Amino acid sequence: MTETALALIELGAILFALGTFGRLAGRFGMSPIPLYLIGGLAFGEGGFISLSAANEFGHVAGEIGVVLLLLLLGLEYTAPELMTGLRRSWAAGLVDIVANATPGVVVALILGWGAVGAVTMGGVTYISSSGIVAKVLNDLGRLGNRETPVILSILVFEDLAMAVYLPILTTILAGLSFASGAKSLAIALTAITVVLVVALRYGRYVSAIVDSSDREVFLLKLLGAALLVAGVASALNVSAAVGAFLLGIAISGSTAHEAAKLLEPLRDLFAAIFFVAFGLTTDPRAIPPVLGWAVALAVVTVLTKVGTGWWAAKRQGIRPMGRARAGAALVARGEFSIVIAGLAVTMGGVDGDLAALASAYVLLMAILGPIAARVVEPAVGLVQRRWKPAAVTP
Amino acid sequence: MNVDVTALPGIGVRKDFEVRSGRRIGVVAHRDGDIDLIVSKLEDPDACAAQIPLSIDEAAVLANLLGAPQLVSKLNDEHSDLPGITTRQLPIADESPYEGRTLGETAMRTRTKVSIVAVMRAGQLHPSPGPDFTFTSGDVLVVVGTPDGLDAAAKILTHG
Repeated sequence: MTETALALIELGAILFALGTFGRLAGRFGMSPIPLYLIGGLAFGEGGFISLSAANEFGHVAGEIGVVLLLLLLGLEYTAPELMTGLRRSWAAGLVDIVANATPGVVVALILGWGAVGAVTMGGVTYISSSGIVAKVLNDLGRLGNRETPVILSILVFEDLAMAVYLPILTTILAGLSFASGAKSLAIALTAITVVLVVALRYGRYVSAIVDSSDREVFLLKLLGAALLVAGVASALNVSAAVGAFLLGIAISGSTAHEAAKLLEPLRDLFAAIFFVAFGLTTDPRAIPPVLGWAVALAVVTVLTKVGTGWWAAKRQGIRPMGRARAGAALVARGEFSIVIAGLAVTMGGVDGDLAALASAYVLLMAILGPIAARVVEPAVGLVQRRWKPAAVTP
Repeated sequence: MNVDVTALPGIGVRKDFEVRSGRRIGVVAHRDGDIDLIVSKLEDPDACAAQIPLSIDEAAVLANLLGAPQLVSKLNDEHSDLPGITTRQLPIADESPYEGRTLGETAMRTRTKVSIVAVMRAGQLHPSPGPDFTFTSGDVLVVVGTPDGLDAAAKILTHG
């Protein structure tokens, strides 16, 4: 069999298996991300079946997946939305960072992964999955709820924080000296500021450049622009993902809606390959030794996220049940934790076990998140019923 | 009425208000054009009892169903400076002799001097129906005229 034939067969088998997994996940109202990761673990090095011919494509496709994930995330927001979100939620956003990054940092330091590992794991445990959260809110019919804007503005803050965090992480991972590290960070932050200003003031020109009434032309221009910007950003050590995110923000109005519609299936495809590619690079045999840490992190960060949501909702005058819902909705971690871990693993500079811990952690959190959002109401109801009779008995 | 407009970043806009019973009702307008009808729970006003996705057509039908009494009261307001002119909703019942016949056949204008200004059917508003407009049972006619004329029109529509 030729190399190409083998690669096609392997890739086809993987995609078909993912489709079947995804359908299974949909039936239980679950996020498919954990299943994609498991798929990658099962097929990769040290898994049940080792598929290596599709690896090369998987690597590039995974990179494109990250670019598309962040591009679509940027397309979802308009620059004014980001600015008002930032103004309204900075206090909750800071509590969110401190409460949820700390557990990851502490575990990384205990395991002796150094400062680089600590920054990486802090990011992994910090960021909620806006994809899973938004889907769960819609599925559970909670868009009209009063705590929903609180949840969404925390997500906006997190996504903006990513735009600052990822360049810092890439700089640290590149292992540059302090002077050149500071220089590339300064370049990165200047670039982000410039793009945000351009997006706020001149977003319609950026939209006009990529816009076209012909779907094919539009798709090619859009994808071309995204990969170009991502590539340039990557060369400047800003991280490709942030470049794509900023381009997404700069594209606005009807162009953004059309672009999102057009790119969604592509994103789903390439993002699935990205999760598999990350799973492929992780040796499942490395998971059992770190599983205890993953479970401990999961328990702690479920509590810290619930606490963050509770606190933020309380500030908006929402009742205890709504506060609990806000906290539970934020629990899910997913694509961005993997993006961060994937970046760290591909650029090197972190311990190999980090990938294993990150996958185990995201596996747990992507499953726990939607479950937490569903069980929070009956659970809090039960607690309230337990308390109330005690309070009224004479 | 005070309608609260809340931005839902990445999703769209929520517009809702509190009704007398204490519940909030409103819509979530998604950015891609979808509309959800939302109704809050009575015991927990932070939460929603229902979030019902509506297509554009369904939303239009609902709006018209809610808008029919409003149309009549608005026409009445506009006629308030014309003494003796009122607006009324007259139904075409199942046993109406004009069920399945056209507006022209009623000869309403010549017989009673009233005007049929609109017909509500299945939530859709058909303004200014012509003489060849065919009635079906369940239609609600918006009729303008003198009180006597309207009484006569109601009689014609039920008894012929």
